[in-house]
Amino acid sequence: MQLNTQPNIPDPDGFYDELLATHQGLTKDQSDALNARLILILANHIGDRDILREALKAAGPS
Amino acid sequence: MVGATYALAHELYPYAPVADQSADAPPHHPVIIVGGGPIGVATGLDLAQKGTPALILDDHDGVGMGSRAICFAKRTLEIADRLGAGAEMVEKGVVWNVGRVFHGEGEVFNFNLLPEDGHGNPAFINLQQPYFEKFLIDALRRAEAEGKPVEIRGRNVVTGISQDADKVTLHIDTPDGPYTLTADYVIACDGARSPTRDMMGLSFDGRVFEDNFLIADVKMTADFPTERWFWFEPPLANAPQSALLHKQPDDVWRIDFQLGWDIDREAELDPAKIRQRIDEFLPDGTEYELVWTSIYTFQCRRMERFRHGRVLFAGDAAHQVSPFGARGANSGIQDSDNLAWKLDLVLKGLAPDTLLDTYHDERAHGADENILNSTRATDFLTPKSEISKIFRNAVLTLARDHAFARPMVNSGRLSVPCTYDGLPLNTPDALTGPARTRPGSPCPDAPLADGFLLDRLPGCFTLLALNTDPPDIAEVGGIPIRTLTLHGADITDALRDRYLGDAPHALYLIRPDQHVAARWPNADAATITTALTTATGQPCN
Repeated sequence: MQLNTQPNIPDPDGFYDELLATHQGLTKDQSDALNARLILILANHIGDRDILREALKAAGPS
Repeated sequence: MVGATYALAHELYPYAPVADQSADAPPHHPVIIVGGGPIGVATGLDLAQKGTPALILDDHDGVGMGSRAICFAKRTLEIADRLGAGAEMVEKGVVWNVGRVFHGEGEVFNFNLLPEDGHGNPAFINLQQPYFEKFLIDALRRAEAEGKPVEIRGRNVVTGISQDADKVTLHIDTPDGPYTLTADYVIACDGARSPTRDMMGLSFDGRVFEDNFLIADVKMTADFPTERWFWFEPPLANAPQSALLHKQPDDVWRIDFQLGWDIDREAELDPAKIRQRIDEFLPDGTEYELVWTSIYTFQCRRMERFRHGRVLFAGDAAHQVSPFGARGANSGIQDSDNLAWKLDLVLKGLAPDTLLDTYHDERAHGADENILNSTRATDFLTPKSEISKIFRNAVLTLARDHAFARPMVNSGRLSVPCTYDGLPLNTPDALTGPARTRPGSPCPDAPLADGFLLDRLPGCFTLLALNTDPPDIAEVGGIPIRTLTLHGADITDALRDRYLGDAPHALYLIRPDQHVAARWPNADAATITTALTTATGQPCN
């Protein structure tokens, strides 16, 4: 398996809406905490350390 | 300088003048151990039981006050059993299995260590360090009474050390003045601030964690369960970052508060201030007595080399870790276990001096593993940046409802012995057997029809034959080998799981420190001889 960086989410605009809606009305601190929880939940779902390492690299400063 | 620098819990070896002090020429000893703490005493006792004379020099008259290390792991108890001190430790110690983690007001989750069945010793006991040391000294006195060549001298302060190709020279101060001794080898077990290390000008590099921890051991009759309770961000005034409550024998409880970096040490050690913190922490009206208090900071450091010629460093003198995870005293005892048999063989002329280099290889490998675990735990306890704290608290929040986050909660990964993977004393694995008993591993205990396996592996090389008859081989080049053949009812389910797996039979060569040196389905005498030669650092012809 390799990190999939091709479009993979059906209805990307809809997902983007849902992501922002989850943060609606939150303070910066609450949003930071939510983002951290979200990252941990998604990382656990992926599970594969190689993929996670690729994702960390892809997200890192360019 | 022979003044005491700390108060004693037990005066066990008061200063007494000896003939060495009035000798014309410096008397010679095979091994001199500097430091009569747990690591020094364990090493001296182990050497003496093997017949190699050991002289222990301590700068005090006995065991220091204060609980200090309280958590002793199974591997330590197994080693103590071999030294004749384990049973008393387990009898006095408090066995615990359940831990609870809290964050703020509420419980996040709890865990049970669920110790695996079929081990002679519990996974952990809590026991104040002075008891641990006293039981070792009691065993040393018994060995001495049986004529084993071991001696401990109190109030003997090493003030100078030098070495040449043949020997180490030690200058020693006593209440009756100075004297000089020489030794083939010196083992420095003189603690994290090792004066020996300083006298030799050796560095001790690593990382200092910018945090202060207040320990308060209190005596109280409380009906808290025998569990480890750990709070992240407990709801207390003066907001400590974390708190710990853990039971010790004699109704003593360890309370630990993480205070942060910028504190007024003097003010925090004021008993009135400590009582104020504890009063708020414990249920209203709890009566208690302060037994011992201390403030410490975390450091993770190690020496670059544990061996410098004829001087070997062990325990905190060689490496230091944070206390969360119980990897300090427990890893030092493993150093002692690793070093004693090697030094014994070298001094008896049965193995080359280079075998002692593998003490560094193996125990530095262990120290690195402990420092890694300790550093990770400390990073979780003491987040170093805003974002690391956000992630830490996200883990704690998720752990309440989601099982996946619980293994990420790190309030100390409890000490387990390391496997010496890929190191030169191992013979490549020739058995398709369980991974946990591959060459380099510490032997896991297992029940036999009667008793336990580790009690049958004394401090010498052992051939363990399971469902097979081994070749007759009693020694290799003067190094004795004992054989333990197990068949039938002795091959219990747990023993099969841990040593055979799907293999119908197996032959293990086990080192004196109960680590696996080699294993095969079966082997002839020549193959076993080669493995033993490898395990004792000798060139193979």
